[in-house]
Formats: sequence, structure tokens, C-alpha cells
Amino acid sequence: MFSSDTAVWIVFPVILPLVAGLLCFLFKRGTFGIALAAAIGNFFVVSFLIYQMLVYGPMRCYIGGWHPPLGISLRSDGPALLMLLMTAATGLAITLYARGYFLFRISDPLRAQRHKRQQHYFWPLWMLLLTGLNGLFLSADIFNLYVTLELIAISAAPLAALSGKPASLRASYRYLLISLIGSLTYLLGVVFLYRSCGVLDLALLQNLAGNRLAITTALVLLTVGLMLKTALVPLHFWLPPAHANALAPVSVILSALVVKASFYLLFRFWFEIFAPIISLSSLNFMGTLGALAIFWGAIQAMRQQRLKLMVAYSTVSQLGYLFVAFPLSMFVDGGQAWSIVVFIALTHACAKSAMFMVAGNVYLHLGHDRIKSLKGVRSSQPITVFAYGIAGVSLMGLPPSGAFIAKWMLLSTSFASLQYWWAVVIAGGSLLAMIYVFRVMSNFFVIPEGESSKKNVSLSPLLEWPPLILALISLFLGLISPWVLKIVLYKDSGLFAQIFQGGLP
Amino acid sequence: MITTMLYSLTGLILFGMGFYTLIIHSHPLRKILAVNVMATGVFLILVATAYIPVGQGDIDPVPHAMVLTGIVVSVSVTALALIFACKVQENSNLDLLRKRNHRKSMKERGL
Repeated sequence: MFSSDTAVWIVFPVILPLVAGLLCFLFKRGTFGIALAAAIGNFFVVSFLIYQMLVYGPMRCYIGGWHPPLGISLRSDGPALLMLLMTAATGLAITLYARGYFLFRISDPLRAQRHKRQQHYFWPLWMLLLTGLNGLFLSADIFNLYVTLELIAISAAPLAALSGKPASLRASYRYLLISLIGSLTYLLGVVFLYRSCGVLDLALLQNLAGNRLAITTALVLLTVGLMLKTALVPLHFWLPPAHANALAPVSVILSALVVKASFYLLFRFWFEIFAPIISLSSLNFMGTLGALAIFWGAIQAMRQQRLKLMVAYSTVSQLGYLFVAFPLSMFVDGGQAWSIVVFIALTHACAKSAMFMVAGNVYLHLGHDRIKSLKGVRSSQPITVFAYGIAGVSLMGLPPSGAFIAKWMLLSTSFASLQYWWAVVIAGGSLLAMIYVFRVMSNFFVIPEGESSKKNVSLSPLLEWPPLILALISLFLGLISPWVLKIVLYKDSGLFAQIFQGGLP
Repeated sequence: MITTMLYSLTGLILFGMGFYTLIIHSHPLRKILAVNVMATGVFLILVATAYIPVGQGDIDPVPHAMVLTGIVVSVSVTALALIFACKVQENSNLDLLRKRNHRKSMKERGL
């Protein structure tokens, strides 16, 4: 098994969900079994890949034996594998939660047929989306990345429309168009890059990017396209309606995983390929947008009347932290920049999926999610409310959550480099997060007066435990940070050594 | 060289025109066509890129492969967007109809 062609294992995170998705399309029954098998298999393969990387170092797989610049290759390194692990772990929880969600909806005889149909389409689309995500994290070829971006858009938009309500249809139609603009802008950037460098492979591009007009244009186009997909603040308008109107498991997928994929790509471009031509002012520009996102998202989250919209705006706010890391990243040594971003992404993925699952549970339990009338949920759903609290702690960035580690690194970097304003932004964002999390929390704990006759729907363990486990993972991520840091530091080569040789002071 | 530049510029103009239409017009079919025009612009630049090594008389095959893949993606995305547009249209019409009927029944009842 450990012969020279062990790199073949990299292919499995792409193939497993793809096959599962196609099988789910073919069969009418047992689709959950297929999806669950693929999710579990994916998790084990990713764990094995991490083990393999720790033993043998980063790997590359040349598909079909064609080497770049002609062939397409997949590669595994620290950040890519951690993003894969994030997708695999949350993906497994989402698969279980979605099963519980659909069983609950189908058990209601009134609309059983409609929910059966929704479930029938959910599994194949979710598996194809997983294929796209895994492909994106593993790809080492900028055109292949375009294809995976389109795959993600093609499967994410129908997923968002699954509930069939006019509002969600309109939101997801807009989401599809926005992702199309994003990927076409990205493609135009790829064309510019190919024109001036003549290669598509990420590793080969690293040595070629010089300070030329065409390359700067390519950088701008790629950045705008990916920012649109990541929903950074001036371009975030599509996210809250699309995420809040979708079915609960779909909101989890969109908010926890899909936006991270385009961000991961953006970070790779900025700090690996284009590192030599990036100036301090452009980094500060991204950081400023991130700061705007933190405040704008948090203020909007505080103003929302519905729990799901609140959680969606909180995503806008939390994405801002990922961009505030941009200007600070150049003051830390290479691996640490990745570790900050990866920590924020991991914590946010787990905590935000827990929160959306909680919002889904509350909706199933009460039949609505108006924040003002959440009274008495604590007494009837203790596990769900506990999960919400833990996830809220992680979002605020209190110790020992993973976000705390990331924010700690950001704060210490901003003090060490005498850029105090970023520290103010980071601390202020945490305070605002506290306000919007507690605003809901306090409503959970209100004991309704007199009438306790609310029909007590008990939720299955499939609905209650995945959010709690994800929330606990996000909380204790800080305790296992040394291992995570160790994995992040496995890079293809001394990529970050190049950063400081180039245009950066 | 001039021919390549000409094609590339045309591609860029097409991309810009598509983008402009996508932002300005609200009709769903126009928006979908605009996305297609944008995609065509990008493909035109790509095809023009293949002509770069003019002197040796050979043509770079990689952009052609990219354009072919891009066309496949573009066709499937257009199909999906069309279905979406139809669904949205149906649903919004349904909404309007319901509202109108509601109003009519209110009027009939003298409210």
C-alpha cells in the first residue's frame, strides 16, 4: 500500500462523493445509506491522507500520468488537508442531521409528499456539492479550480431553492447569477494569467508572477470574482436571503462550507502566487473591507427579527475576520498566517453549522423562528439550547475555542507591529458578537407565564446531537491547537520564504 | 499580433457589454443571455491566446481544451438558469394571481 504510487489516495475524496451522488440519482430507496457511506468513507480517507502526509510529507498526484504543464494534478498539503478535514467532519454531521430533519418533516402527514420529494433531490445534490468542495481543496491547476467553482455553484443553487417557496426561489436564482458573474470574472483572470505566464499549474505559476500590468489585472479580476463568492461586505447582499430562506440542512452547508471554499482559494492566490507583487496598501484595503464586514454584519445581526436571518448576518460578520487577517499576515512568518486563517475557518465552520442546526430545530419545534417569541425553548429543548450557547461562545472567541487562538494571534500581531486599530476592530467585533448571541440566549431562558400547554414535540437524537457535538468540537479546538498547527506547517516547499523576497518590505 | 489584439479587445468589449446588461436589465431572459455573452467574450480571448506563437506556425492546444470545457460548463449552467427563471416567473405570477383573486373576492363580498 505504501509503494511509490500512494499519492493515488488523493483521488478518493473526489471520487467517493461523485459515485455516491450518481448512485443517489439512480436509486429511489436507500439514498441516505449511500450518502452516509460516502460521508464516512470520505472522513476516513481524509484522516488517512493526513496520516500519510505526516509520515511522507506533502504529495502530488498526476492524473493519468500526465505531468504539468500539460496535465492536471491534485496535491495535498497542510492547509488543503485541514480544509478537507473540516468539510469531512461537518459533512458527516450534516448528513446525519439532514436525515433527522427529513424524517421529522416526512412524519408530518400533511406535507409528507413534498418533503419526500425534497429529500429525494437533497442527497444527490449534497453529494455533488461535496465532490466540488473536495476537488477545489485538492486541485493544483487554476482552470480546474474554475471547473470546481462552477460545480459548486451548479449544485449549491438548486440546494438553496429546494424548499420551493417563492422567496427562496428568487434568492437562489440571484445566488446562481451572482456565482456565475463570480466564476466568469475568475475565468477572465485565469485567461490573463495564462496569457502572460503560459502555465496553469499553481506551483509553476509561483515562480513566474512578476510585476506586470497583465498580472496585476489578473489579480484584480481573480480577487473580485472570489470576493463576490465569499460575500465580503460590499458584495455580500446576496448571502442573507439565500442562506436564511433555504432548508435548515442546506443553510448549514452553504454557510459553513461553501463560502469557505472561495475564501481558501483567494488566500492561496494572495499569499502564494501573487505574493511578490502584493503591496501593503492593497492588503490594508482588504483588511478595511474585512473590518467593515465585521461591524456591518454584526449590526445587521442585532437588528434581525428572525433567528435564521440573524445567524446568516453573523456569517457576514465572521467572514470579516478572515479578511482582517490579510494585513496582519505579512507581519508573521509564513505558516502562522495560514494557521490564523485555518483556525478561524475551522471554528466558524463547526460553530456556524451548530447554530444553523439549532435554528432549524427551533423552527421544527415552534413552527417559527421569531426571536421575540422564543420563550420556554430552554425547558423543552435543553440539548439544543446548550448547543446554541456553546456555539455562541466559540463565535465570540472566548477561550478555549479555536477562534480564541486565532484572535489571540491576530491581537498579538497587531500590537507587535504597532497597528493598534486592527486590535480595536477584533475586540469590538467580539463584543458585538456577544450582544447578538445573548439577545437570543436571553429569550431562550424566559419562562412563559401560565400557559405551558405548547405541544411538546420531542426531537430525535439525530437532530439534537450533531449540533452539540459540532459546538463542542469548535469549543475544544483551542486545546488541540498544537496538532493543528503542526499539520498546517506541512507545505509543498518553502513557499512562504518567497513572500519577503518580493515586493513586501 | 494585431489580429490577436483585435480579437482580445473584442472579447473584452463583449465581456463588458454582457456585464452591463446583467446589471442594468431586470428581465430574466436578458440576464441569462448577458451571462452567455460574457462567457463568449472570455472564450474569444482564450481562442485568440492560442495564436500567440505565430512565428513557428504552431498553435497552443491548451486554450482550445479550456474553451471546450468552458462551453460545456456554460451550456449546463444556462440550462439550469433557464429552469430557475421559469420557476421564479411561475411563482411570482402565482403570487400576483392569488393576490388579485383575493382582492376580487374581497370586493365581491363588499369589503
